[in-house]
Amino acid sequence: MSDAPREDEVLVIEDLQKVFTAPDGERTAVVDVPAFSLAAGEQVAIEGASGSGKTTFLHLIAGILEPDAGRILIDGENMAALAEAGRDRLRARSIGYVFQSFHLLQGYSALENVLLGMHFGPGPDRVRARGLLEQVGLGDRLDHRPRQLSVGQQQRVAVARAVANRPRLLLADEPTGNLDPTRASEALELLRAVSAEAGSALLLVSHDRGILERFGRVESFEGLRRAGEVSA
Amino acid sequence: MSALWLIVRKSLRQHALSTAVTVASLALACGLVTAIFSIERQARGAFGGGSGAFDAVLGARGSQLQLVLNAVFHLETSPGNVSWSLYERIAADPRVAAAVPYAVGDSYRGHRIVGTAPEAFALSHGGAARFSGQGRLFDAGRREAVIGSAVARRAGLAYGSHFQPAHGVIEAGAHDHEEDFVVVGVLEPTNTPADRVIWIPIEAVFRMGGHVLRGGGEDYHADPSQPIPDEHKEVSAVLLRLKGGMMGASLFREINYQQQEATLAWPVARVMAELFDKLGWMHRVLTLVAYLVVVVATGSVTASLYNTMNERRREFAILRSLGARRGTVFAAIVCESSAIALAGGVAGLAVHGAILGAASAAVRERTGIALEVFAPHPVLFLAPAGLVALGALAGVVPALKAYRTDVATHLAPTS
Repeated sequence: MSDAPREDEVLVIEDLQKVFTAPDGERTAVVDVPAFSLAAGEQVAIEGASGSGKTTFLHLIAGILEPDAGRILIDGENMAALAEAGRDRLRARSIGYVFQSFHLLQGYSALENVLLGMHFGPGPDRVRARGLLEQVGLGDRLDHRPRQLSVGQQQRVAVARAVANRPRLLLADEPTGNLDPTRASEALELLRAVSAEAGSALLLVSHDRGILERFGRVESFEGLRRAGEVSA
Repeated sequence: MSALWLIVRKSLRQHALSTAVTVASLALACGLVTAIFSIERQARGAFGGGSGAFDAVLGARGSQLQLVLNAVFHLETSPGNVSWSLYERIAADPRVAAAVPYAVGDSYRGHRIVGTAPEAFALSHGGAARFSGQGRLFDAGRREAVIGSAVARRAGLAYGSHFQPAHGVIEAGAHDHEEDFVVVGVLEPTNTPADRVIWIPIEAVFRMGGHVLRGGGEDYHADPSQPIPDEHKEVSAVLLRLKGGMMGASLFREINYQQQEATLAWPVARVMAELFDKLGWMHRVLTLVAYLVVVVATGSVTASLYNTMNERRREFAILRSLGARRGTVFAAIVCESSAIALAGGVAGLAVHGAILGAASAAVRERTGIALEVFAPHPVLFLAPAGLVALGALAGVVPALKAYRTDVATHLAPTS
């Protein structure tokens, strides 16, 4: 396989493997993906059962976890080959992440939560942060802390924070897992719209059929795995 | 606003109570250190150089320290008297530039009365006595008094007031003399022991009812209608200004080792320095205690931050997921502990002010010497700066814990 990804590919994964060792010494390859790619602006959903390794897969792409083997090219830069500080830089610059539990910082206002993410990327831009929160319908909640916001509002802050640095790749891990079906649908549309407007490719993992059927391209995580049982 | 400052500010606000307690303990530690050093230096300066215009004190055979404390600082009791003839001899000595006789032993409402010559004020008050409002020096032949500012304030005396001295310098058990004195001047505050003194003519002390003069070796009671022969007069001390340092050395040798009829305390600063050297252990103990308080307070910074690390691991993991490096998280904790220490150092100056204010009032009450609350001293800068450095050090252990936070583990869904 060529080292150089296609020009329009934001994410290219080659022979990615992550092995966990159980306390009894048994080694299991939680992630073993021979090939996967995502084009610029593309929106893809990955389905899979809870505990199948989807979150680990996203953590590997985000550089939060270090793979045992393989390559993860983000805009041509191999995340897997970088030291931790380099992965931190690449993540801040090119990746946005929406977590299932949103992971907002409790002592910070909605605006500060968005601004803080910008500090580690291109730098704080108060006007853009306000604009994003207004775009997700929270223009009148800028100074509210997460505890003063509804679950749906917290989710919208998380979306605004994730796209604040204009990431090339937006990762979403069960982003509607804590919402009721109506709000989940609204949240998904918002995520897709904001992602499209920011020009980010969206990679979303979920086990919710209602969410998955809204995507044109849906991959099964089991289908991405290398065929056969793998023991490391 | 940088990310570090934002993180630090938020954390300090979120943990306001523990932050306030830690800042208070650091402030106490810093204030204690600065106060101890400041008081020690000012006390040494005030008492070590407290003689002002005088180089030496001549008095009865005995302790040089007691002589200086009694004649210069108006503390302690007089070690005894020397004859008028000795005073005249020393005053006429070519090595002596000026000699001022003191006669003590009476008081009024706890304030010591010193009999002296009007020339004393020209030497001890920078050339001339300055009065608050109307005032003049006493007439050497009348029952008149000039009083220090503290006497006026505390004994309720003013220009024109009358009072009767009590015999002895201890208020309890003293009996009043019958002689009535009138205040002819209230001196401006000098922030020296002189503020606590009532000055009267030395002749008036000699003639006070009940006083027995033994300058001639036998008891002599002054007759109001007759002049007192010089051979019967005696003085408690003679304050001397010498013509040079070498003169002092030769007088010291002559009086203390050759004649052995009196004691010369010279130089006054050396006598007081010896006292401070003897009391040096007390300063060292106090300093040690203050340093221990600093160590304990610094330890409390470590403990309070370390205890919050578990609850903050999720926060660090989120920051890392946003792109913060391990070093950023480490630096945030060190900056936080430094900020707490800085706040403690600044608040410590307020504690310093409170301690010095109280100490100054107490010292002034007992000695007349006023301590300056914020007298320049390197410790006023070094202690807060050192505290910030210690604070940064105190943050290292909690910061290492934050540094080691595993991101993936702490980003697991919470619901």
